[in-house]
Amino acid sequence: MAVARYWRQQEQRYSLAGSKCAICNGSFFPKRTICPTCHRRSIGKMEKFLFSGKGKVVTYTIVHDPIISYADQSPYVLAVIALEEGDLVLGQIVDCDPRIVDIDLDVEMVFRRLSAEGASGTIQYGFKFRLMDVGSS
Amino acid sequence: MKAGIVSYGIYIPRYRITPASIGAVWGQDGNSMGKALGIESKSVPAPDEDAATIAVESARRMLRRVRVDPSRIGAIFVGSESHPYAVKPTATIVGEAIGATPVMTAADFEFACKAGTAAIQACLGLVHMDDNVMPMDYALAIGSDTSQGAPGNALEYSASAGGVSFLIGKDDVIAKIDHSISITTDTPDFWRREGMKYPSHAERFTGVPAYFKHVEMCASKVMENMGTKPGDYDYAVFHQPNGKFPVNVARKLGFTSEKIAPGLWTPRIGNTYSASMMMGLAGILDVAKPNDLILGVSYGSGAGSDGFHIEITDAIEDFNRSASPLVADEAGLGMDIDYATYLKFRKKIKMEGE
Ligand SMILES: [Zn+2]
Repeated sequence: MAVARYWRQQEQRYSLAGSKCAICNGSFFPKRTICPTCHRRSIGKMEKFLFSGKGKVVTYTIVHDPIISYADQSPYVLAVIALEEGDLVLGQIVDCDPRIVDIDLDVEMVFRRLSAEGASGTIQYGFKFRLMDVGSS
Repeated sequence: MKAGIVSYGIYIPRYRITPASIGAVWGQDGNSMGKALGIESKSVPAPDEDAATIAVESARRMLRRVRVDPSRIGAIFVGSESHPYAVKPTATIVGEAIGATPVMTAADFEFACKAGTAAIQACLGLVHMDDNVMPMDYALAIGSDTSQGAPGNALEYSASAGGVSFLIGKDDVIAKIDHSISITTDTPDFWRREGMKYPSHAERFTGVPAYFKHVEMCASKVMENMGTKPGDYDYAVFHQPNGKFPVNVARKLGFTSEKIAPGLWTPRIGNTYSASMMMGLAGILDVAKPNDLILGVSYGSGAGSDGFHIEITDAIEDFNRSASPLVADEAGLGMDIDYATYLKFRKKIKMEGE
């Protein structure tokens, strides 16, 4: 059931919670139980890690043909973000004219509505991104 | 040590709409309407923002300014008239998002535009409580709203969105809350029945017997209890349903316009409801210096006012204000949208399958 699935991913979505390897200091999102560099040596040495939410745009696309629940946000930007502490994450970039988004721009995490199960179901919240120092018209 | 504000954070959505854009659609002179209300523009939440997301952003920004482990926050109260759920507390979402759960209490508050300041009072009570009864290092009071006026209604020019978080505690207090008193009566000036989308108000009933009566009585009561007069305060902030009421009530009470200027934000961003007076207070904390005295009075329809006598401490000198945006920073960032986009963002257009 969707409610339970979202609830299990809540910390990951709310706070960009991933893992850090105590051996090589690598940070990973989402959570991992084994470090891809240290392999078996990292078992039991992976710690919870909260990313700051700061990062840079690696690549992006502008979605003009959204699913119906995102129609009110169309056109919107989906981007691959390189998090400051390492690893990549896919996220929406909000609060801007999509035409100003570019590779290498700095972004910060924001807390937004991701989806809702109709008008009577639960609301899912989590991270999206916003360009830093942009917003003056 | 007296309890007070340990840290604060604010959030204002990026989008703005002007009275001219609203008036143009309804055949009203928006510019004159804006002038009459003292509003140049109002904030509009993005389609994926609500009172919970705004509350979380303001709380995260509050935490960035201090070294407080969020697990030491023992209570979170969120005041709003636009909680995203009718049943399921906004405060639980905030608690989880800032890492304060699970050992904490939480509740959502409602009292029109003063639910956030009622939360401040509840937090004050909890941090002052004997630790053997209920241990409480810090308590978090939030005012957050994405308020709506019915299309074409005068309220549509002012009802906006924003959120403010105040961390209340007894250690490293930057603003001591030395006194608080409230005025409450049963006054039907503004209401919204369960299940209704837009509020109703009793046209000419909202000014004198509602806003002015409660705010003036509350401000006078604070000064009477503290033995102070308007001249003793460096700043004053009053609830701001529009840009005119707070200016008029300040003048009637004897506060100069300089004293209310740093806390007057409705002209730029509209009435952020539960966040309105708290946003003004945050704007004053952005510029205040040690020993400054502040008088703050909120107002909530229905009706009541919460008054606060606040003194800035030396701790504000070392307070990391610049770790998060000031009210002036955030109010100055804005992207104007037209009325059609506004309707889309505020979900006033029926979509396929709805
Ligand atoms: Zn490793």
